[in-house]
Amino acid sequence: MPLSTRSQDGDEGCVLAAALDNVRNLSNILKAISFKDHAVFTATRDGLKVTVEDSKCLQANAFIQTDVFQEFALREESVGFQVNLTVLLDCLAIFGCSSAPGVSTALRMCYNGYGYPLTLYLEEGGVVTVCKINTQEPEEPIDFDFCSTNVTNKVILQSESLKEAFSELDMTSEVLQITMSPSQPFFRLSTFGNSGNAHYDYPKDSDMMELFQCTKTQTNRYKMSLLKSSTKALALSCKASVRTDSRGFLSLQYLVRSDDGQICFVEYYCCPDEEVDEE
Amino acid sequence: MWCELLQVNFFDEYQMEGLSPEANEICLEVAPENISRALKTAQNAKAVKVKLTKKHCPCLTLSAELPSLSSISRVVTHDIPVEVIPRRLWHEFKEPTVPDFDVSIYLPPLKTMKNVVDRMKNLSNILVLEANLGGEMNLKIETDLVSVTTHFKDLGNPPWGDSASQSRSQSWDPEAMAHARVDVRKLQQFLIGQQINPSKAMCNIVHNRIVHLILLQEDMSLQYFIPAVA
Repeated sequence: MPLSTRSQDGDEGCVLAAALDNVRNLSNILKAISFKDHAVFTATRDGLKVTVEDSKCLQANAFIQTDVFQEFALREESVGFQVNLTVLLDCLAIFGCSSAPGVSTALRMCYNGYGYPLTLYLEEGGVVTVCKINTQEPEEPIDFDFCSTNVTNKVILQSESLKEAFSELDMTSEVLQITMSPSQPFFRLSTFGNSGNAHYDYPKDSDMMELFQCTKTQTNRYKMSLLKSSTKALALSCKASVRTDSRGFLSLQYLVRSDDGQICFVEYYCCPDEEVDEE
Repeated sequence: MWCELLQVNFFDEYQMEGLSPEANEICLEVAPENISRALKTAQNAKAVKVKLTKKHCPCLTLSAELPSLSSISRVVTHDIPVEVIPRRLWHEFKEPTVPDFDVSIYLPPLKTMKNVVDRMKNLSNILVLEANLGGEMNLKIETDLVSVTTHFKDLGNPPWGDSASQSRSQSWDPEAMAHARVDVRKLQQFLIGQQINPSKAMCNIVHNRIVHLILLQEDMSLQYFIPAVA
């Protein structure tokens, strides 16, 4: 394959070198978290993590593990940089968004370290496009300090049911209220918009519910404008986990399976808008 | 832009009497939106007639016989105002001559070229188009944020043969790239033409001056001249 032979020489200075046979697996995930212009890329032995933040209250992380890539070589423990995500997505889609079946764009990505641009080699049908995107010093991502030991409530559901609810949510409501409880209503999404109050209830024994671990009744509100940013990832996913911790912080985790069976994760952390006293 | 259609392939009947036997041509100026609007109504027509008439002003009268459920057909008529160009100005509208180009090359698959240019337009207003006599063409954009280069190979160079327009090209180093910086939107406009599925598509470049693009089909030719920007 022409791309790999070229990279042999170019790899000399590469601190991070990664290759994908089908760039779509990466671009779909990145598009889902492209609610802001800039993203921080962190590469470790586990793979690639892409972080996008909004107003210090919402953080999205997309995880593309090493085994999703056809090649993944890292010269250091951890490599990080920041790029303009909109520009990156335009480059990844340089040969067009929709491809005929059997036609795919291959990607090779190379980063030489601090101060160097991110270099992308994209190839489709024998035509090669080389992109050099300027990088910046990565901003320190916020540590939401969300750890599994502090999780009070957790549910795992099939994304289908959440997708339905989110598509019908009253967007005139400034907040989305999430109630999780070991007793009725178990798992409830509520909105308070111009059309009135609306509730979506998920019983704990619904066949959409794969796991139900709620220890304490909790009701928290989150800004709708922030959570709206998570709907693209929800749309791509087949399974979702919703967790809240003792402070009312929300963690949403989505399992995304691509057409060729590759699995990636996207997670969101969101601060509560206001505390509502437990009943 | 210059487009030529061979009337014999499009019309069953064609009658024309020009200015004089020596200058057997008529030159008209018309707004393209008007013609395209009229042609849209005529899309499903059984027959279309185009006549040069004189109403309140000179007009191209297009009458389309449309299919209808009753036995009597519907006829829709459009009067498209035109301006007749006087003989003394005809020289301004002659087919532009093929420029004395440095490099001539066949274009890559237009669909691919269009996809790439559409994306490049999101990143920059100016695009560099370059090609050499070894069948290689590159499309490049460069801004503060990013630089993107798409490489096309094995495109082939059209054999123009010995002619006046070949003089520069004959002294051009075959490996060297002739290039021109153009407005991306103009190139994008040209690429919309790829829908007609031309049998031949090629590009002549006058280094730093003009990009001359040609689409050919058996009964039609389309030429597009894009000047280089600074």
